[in-house]
Amino acid sequence: MTIGLYHPGHSPLHRASAGAKVLALVAISLVLFLVPSTLVVFLSVPVAFAIYLSTGAPFRQLMAQLRGPAILLGLIFVFHLLFGSIDEGILAVARFATLILLASAVTLSTPISEMAELVEWLLRPLRPLGVNPEKVGLAIALAIRFVPLIAEEFRHIREAQAARGLAANPLALIVPLVIRTLKSADELADAIEARGYER
Amino acid sequence: MTKDVSTRDIVYIALFAALMAAINLVPAIQIGFLPVPITAQTLGVMLAGSLIGAKRGALAILLFVLLVALGLPLLAGGHGGLSVFFGPTAGFIIAWPIGAFVTGWLTELNWRRMNTVWFFVFSAIGGIGIVYLIGIPWLAMVAKLSLWDATKGSMIFVPGDLIKAAVAAVIAETVRRSYPLMQTAR
Repeated sequence: MTIGLYHPGHSPLHRASAGAKVLALVAISLVLFLVPSTLVVFLSVPVAFAIYLSTGAPFRQLMAQLRGPAILLGLIFVFHLLFGSIDEGILAVARFATLILLASAVTLSTPISEMAELVEWLLRPLRPLGVNPEKVGLAIALAIRFVPLIAEEFRHIREAQAARGLAANPLALIVPLVIRTLKSADELADAIEARGYER
Repeated sequence: MTKDVSTRDIVYIALFAALMAAINLVPAIQIGFLPVPITAQTLGVMLAGSLIGAKRGALAILLFVLLVALGLPLLAGGHGGLSVFFGPTAGFIIAWPIGAFVTGWLTELNWRRMNTVWFFVFSAIGGIGIVYLIGIPWLAMVAKLSLWDATKGSMIFVPGDLIKAAVAAVIAETVRRSYPLMQTAR
């Protein structure tokens, strides 16, 4: 399956385990929030950018992914300029830039299946509280399977409504989509129960 | 997902999470007098609460947020991945499941007298009130803005969100009349 932001490759980040990468990311974010040193933050942006580039994804794709966050950070910086101090603004924006670059690098270098396994593993200690990691895994798998199917359904409905001149009407698009989804959920649940998955 | 979540519930949760992803395919609408385009994102939050109830609605949105974290580009504009949770707007996204829960809880309490107006009010409380209540202080904290500045910056999204609550209300009422939701559900 090629949906997702993962980009296959052989960089050192690709070879690291998902758990190690996520742990490192959380640790770095804690350090950046607890140590508000301008120097640390300034060194971290180029380093994070280098790590981001090291994932080996095409340069244009990498840049395109940064556009949204860059606009947001620009807005925050403007707010700091207008109502706060430049120093604080630079610190806050540099910290976000570092974390966004590193987090994007983790996502680019980790397949979704590995991330899902990590989630199931992280949920295991919660079993005594009634959390069932296998059921969570089933829900993740079902949802990933159904995203393209429901998106396809959406395209069908849009074409059908376009033929009626309703292509831009969110009501005419979403109501049939919701009802069809509920219907397929009922049918799918019947099918799973009929096969005795429950017990 | 707790012990009392049946397989049927899981299917509902999974399909609604996928539905939320598909709803984000609805192109952002630019309305003349509003400074930012309206994306369909929080529409899914409001609908999940209104249509499949508090617990399943919240879990569906939680699953959707989890899928985004795993690296699926499901947010409006094809965004996704872990970076979303380290950016300034993470608080809003983390608030979505809670918002869906509140909308769903209010809807369940008042199921017998639900109509478009109540759907609108409950969608606005959960999908706007709760989401901003968590998202704005989070934004202020991580972006080192004052609470007031963060609120000001977020206000440009409120008109669009109100329009979404109205759209969610009409959709929820139409679906309520055309598909037996809560009867089969509980």
